[in-house]
Amino acid sequence: MRNNHKTHKEPLVYITKRGELPKLKAMMIKAIVILVGILFCALVTILLTSENPLKVFKAMFTGSFGSPRKVWNLFQASAILLGISLAVTPAFKMRFWNTGAEGQVLIGMLATITCMFYIGDALPSWLLIIVSLFASIIAGAVWAGIPGYFKAIWNTNETLFTLMMNYVAAQLVSLLIMYWVPSGSMVLGLVNSSTQNGWFPTIFGQKYLLNIIIVALLTAAVYVYLKKSKQGYEIAVVGESENTARYIGINVKKVIIRTVLISGALCGVMGWILAAGTDHSINSSAVGGNGFTAIMVSWMSKFNPITMIFSSILVCFLQKGAGEIASNLGLNSSVGEVLTGIMILFIVSSDFFVNYSIHFRKKERKEKQE
Amino acid sequence: MDVFVKIMAFIAATVVQGTPLLFGAVGEIITEKSGNLNLGIPGIMYIGGISGIIGGYLYEHFCAEPIPILCVIISLLASLVGSAFIAFIYSFLTITLKANQNVVGLALTTLGVGLGNFYGGSLLKFFGEDGSISLYITGNAYKTKIPFLSDHLGIFGETFFSFGFLVYLAIFIAILSQWIINRTRVGLNLRAIGENPATADAAGINVSLYKYVATCVGGAIAGLGGLYFVMDYTTGAWTNNGFGDRGWLAIAIVIFALWKPRSAILSSYIFGGLYIASVFISGLSGSTKELIKMLPYLVTIIVLVFTSSRKKREHQPPAALGQSYFREER
Repeated sequence: MRNNHKTHKEPLVYITKRGELPKLKAMMIKAIVILVGILFCALVTILLTSENPLKVFKAMFTGSFGSPRKVWNLFQASAILLGISLAVTPAFKMRFWNTGAEGQVLIGMLATITCMFYIGDALPSWLLIIVSLFASIIAGAVWAGIPGYFKAIWNTNETLFTLMMNYVAAQLVSLLIMYWVPSGSMVLGLVNSSTQNGWFPTIFGQKYLLNIIIVALLTAAVYVYLKKSKQGYEIAVVGESENTARYIGINVKKVIIRTVLISGALCGVMGWILAAGTDHSINSSAVGGNGFTAIMVSWMSKFNPITMIFSSILVCFLQKGAGEIASNLGLNSSVGEVLTGIMILFIVSSDFFVNYSIHFRKKERKEKQE
Repeated sequence: MDVFVKIMAFIAATVVQGTPLLFGAVGEIITEKSGNLNLGIPGIMYIGGISGIIGGYLYEHFCAEPIPILCVIISLLASLVGSAFIAFIYSFLTITLKANQNVVGLALTTLGVGLGNFYGGSLLKFFGEDGSISLYITGNAYKTKIPFLSDHLGIFGETFFSFGFLVYLAIFIAILSQWIINRTRVGLNLRAIGENPATADAAGINVSLYKYVATCVGGAIAGLGGLYFVMDYTTGAWTNNGFGDRGWLAIAIVIFALWKPRSAILSSYIFGGLYIASVFISGLSGSTKELIKMLPYLVTIIVLVFTSSRKKREHQPPAALGQSYFREER
């Protein structure tokens, strides 16, 4: 009753949903938000280090592009991040919140390392590489498939399920390392370090070139799969509305399980690349948070594989650059994580300004009503 | 008798390990009841720890003769403000700007762990000191035992009454939040929002306000877990990544406790016990120890699958968990 006597004012700020914006305008808005984000990062860095910002930016560039080796390292790191981002994308597009990429990649790595460990001497290197690829694909697919299956039949919360699977994978790795390294030092050295069996070959004198080529091929494949294939379309429909999908005769359960298996298999492939092409060893934190960063890269790229190339390079650039600042100024290397976190928050919030418009209360309108 | 002493020591260690988890879990339960799945909790717990450290350090550094009780109050307030602020960023981005909750949460975990390790590693450098942070005065103040009960009840006193006050605060907060969620109007409104924000909105509940408050309060409580770890468990010393993956374990407990703060108490101690069990059981091989450490996660998965298959309504996550609410969207 009391409320009836209150004069209703228009709220100070209100928000409405926008229609589709022209692409150019949407990109402009995003660019502005990203620019503000970079300026904010600069501000934070200055506050933390009290150095000349230009000097800081220069240090960031030398950290990523200072020498050919650093450039290769940047591209190698970006390729791994890009690959995992691609791997989580099909499931994401279906609104299946796979937070378990970390574990799926790790279990893929574990499969490859296991192959190298046990049959490393029995097979020629090229065959071993192929065998371990299949082992990794199966391992990754199973690790993602279990939560996917329960999501499909009982609608089990996949975010929490896949999250827990990460730690089961990490403990499994620790367990096997314990088993393999009798000294109990928990450090597994390079596997097959003398024969290099099962290691990726060096091509054109570059250790990481094969990794980058494989990820480039994956990018193209995922792009075609999502944008041009029937299955990619089904994923998009299920993601938009499960009811619509059911109505037009898509078998939702089948699509969910199939897509999650593909997502997990791709994670397994990335584990294979990490194990056979980069690390040649494993520990329980070998994926190093890339599985989580990949989720953010995939989301802020709007599930577009081409955009993901730039996003993952940006993230790796920030991390490497911040690492350089830290070592130059004798600070802690965690600056990289701080800047990455801030940057992602800015990019994620930029969606709001594209999708919604903000209205402030106007004085004239109020007078008109009276 | 020897076994008995060992069991008592194990119970005490269990409680010590379980307390940070309990804070984290209760904080996350309150957050999730409002429909916000805050995956930033691990980061917030780091922030809670480091904010407390910074507050305590500044006081110990600039005050000639620090008074222990003030050390506690200042670091406690610093911790609460720090973690509530990070939770506020989460709220602003997910509630007002309607960003994706999973992505914001994960980004905040990256940010929080990074900030924690950054300040933990560089705080002393800013003040031109060397070495690593160790706040013995503050740390020991946190460890103050209950005066009479701890030394007059023999081994029971040593086991149950020899903890710092944060251990009892954790239990109190858990019971209090259970009561608020289930027995008060505020709790009813909160649950309504978590189940169906549109209906709650139609009933005249201020959805955004509730979500903001629940997330920030939840974050502040979770941050206390980090504070307990750095102040009580490690007596005021910071080691980078020392807190480990306990934040994720806290999120696991939320599921294990079926979103009930009261069940979180026992669940946290069980998980804490599993976390530390491998140290206490002698004669285990290395791989068995790793297997025991895997148990909490496996058990959580089993609970998750089991509850989703039973479809009992009171055992389900809040129905609108993880979704942003926009009034004009239907």
